[in-house]
Amino acid sequence: MSWQIAALQQLINGLAVGSVYALIALGYTMVYGIIKLINFAHGDIYMLGAYFGFYAITMLKLPLLPAMLVSMVAAAIVGVLLERIAYRPLRSSPRISVLITAIGASLLFQSTAQLVFGASFRPFPQAMPFRRIQLGPVFITNRQLLIFGVAVLLMVILHVLVTYTKFGKAMRAVARDKEAALLMGINVDRIISATFALGSALAATAGILVGMYYNRIDPYMGMMPGLKAFVAAVLGGIGIVPGAVVGGLLMGVAENLVVTLGSSTLRDAVAFAVLIVVLLFRPNGLLGKKGMEKV
Amino acid sequence: MANKLSGLLKVALLVLVYAAVQFLEGRGILLPYHVQILSLCCINIILVVSLNLINGFTGQFSIGHAGFFAIGAYLSAYLTVKLQLPFIPAIICGGILAGLTGLAVGLPALRLRGDYLAIATLGFGEIIRVIILNTDAVGGARGFSGIPKYTTFGLAYLTAIITVVVIRNFVASDYGRACLAVREDEIAAESLGVNSTYFKVLAFALGAFFAGAAGALFSHYLQYMAPTPSQIGFVKSIDILIMLVLGGLGSITGSVVAAIVLTVIPEFLRGFAEYRMILYPILLMAVMIYRPSGLMAGRELTLKGLTELFKGAKTRAYHS
Repeated sequence: MSWQIAALQQLINGLAVGSVYALIALGYTMVYGIIKLINFAHGDIYMLGAYFGFYAITMLKLPLLPAMLVSMVAAAIVGVLLERIAYRPLRSSPRISVLITAIGASLLFQSTAQLVFGASFRPFPQAMPFRRIQLGPVFITNRQLLIFGVAVLLMVILHVLVTYTKFGKAMRAVARDKEAALLMGINVDRIISATFALGSALAATAGILVGMYYNRIDPYMGMMPGLKAFVAAVLGGIGIVPGAVVGGLLMGVAENLVVTLGSSTLRDAVAFAVLIVVLLFRPNGLLGKKGMEKV
Repeated sequence: MANKLSGLLKVALLVLVYAAVQFLEGRGILLPYHVQILSLCCINIILVVSLNLINGFTGQFSIGHAGFFAIGAYLSAYLTVKLQLPFIPAIICGGILAGLTGLAVGLPALRLRGDYLAIATLGFGEIIRVIILNTDAVGGARGFSGIPKYTTFGLAYLTAIITVVVIRNFVASDYGRACLAVREDEIAAESLGVNSTYFKVLAFALGAFFAGAAGALFSHYLQYMAPTPSQIGFVKSIDILIMLVLGGLGSITGSVVAAIVLTVIPEFLRGFAEYRMILYPILLMAVMIYRPSGLMAGRELTLKGLTELFKGAKTRAYHS
């Protein structure tokens, strides 16, 4: 009986971590959908978001939600600049060159953050008192509730934005066919910038939520979650917005269940094992449709 | 005749370099520390040239090279420490296991393309690292210490030469032509009867073999292996990738020069280590934006080219 309770507890923890993965994965998937680029630096924007939040709370003395907004705006600016400076000149280059540039950008963010913020980790200011809520045999913390709440809210906003607004329609058009969108009078460059801004803002929120959850941030915190969120995006079907959410939640749960079953050091291997299995058997992801290769 | 002569000249040059190092070391001009760096240069040359075979010549984008490096490093150390095997068989065993892993990884993974392949190889590299981290026989998370110092400059130098010669000849052979064809256009190559999977996996396994050998040399050079990202994880893979890209995809001499330069420079800039990690990425991005095929861009540095350059400079000087 006890392992079932443990598993249920891990399920809750997994959903919390999974929501964070989902938020990061949304950025990957939107950017991939629109310019077919794996934005390697996305995980580092999540790290920067956590630091922006940290400084907004400690130096500007802001409460949590305004600090989150400040961090989202700052991260969005970084994301737009990144696209502008590093990716736009390479838009017609081979995808491998862009991928290498993205790896470079990721390294640059990490080492700059290490230089500016210091290499050692910092405790994240606890903007709300810690509380545990008993739910039958298991418990849920108020931080987990915050993660669920913010994640769901942002996903709903994103969904409405992509599905019902003119901007969302333009974004989907650019993702489908860039040239045709251009002919329809859509400002493709502006849509791409906006996509980066949106994705980066979501990642920044995820960074703050994780900072609160684990109570620590460091310049390399973006690497692993970034890779795992990418796996989540692939799992759900890269380029598909709901897929990122499904993939993120599944990843979080799978990881935490492995921790219950066995070693916690194996946790990082799970993500990649999932990735390889998905790529081999369903390369278009769980929600993806099979595409034909054009010559 | 001219070919034979230039071949002899190259051999003579290589022997001369070795003799010069030995001589300078004997006279105390090159300190053991310098010779260490030279050995490290050779190990990095092996890594970069072998990755070039996969990424540069066959056009597959692998960023999990450190995984094969790790297999060679740990297996060979296990063999020499626990089973008292002599070093050279241990290097070969390390290389073979890495090569076989490359085969096993390559068969499924190489069905993927471009960025998917990149992420999958990154994933495989990390899985190998996590497995090592959980294997107590090789020290687990504590790391593997007490490895004898068997790697000499001569051995590293010889292995680097063997790697370069084998990969150069492979690329110049029919097999290499097929690999190049796969790189240029996989579908066109397939339609001309090139079995693209076969050549991709072959190049991948061969590259993995040499990475394993480099790992064996490295573990017996450092005498300690730690299962950290920077030593056997994706940070290491990206280090190798940076050298490869700066040297130029598809240029063996570019790889050699970049491996030497990027190994030696950080040693002089030890005090600026944190700025190095800011400079490298900027350099990487600048190269991609302004010279996307790397500094050497698929060209080779040859003796003939050098002499012609020299002659050209002379005639220009004469005419001006």
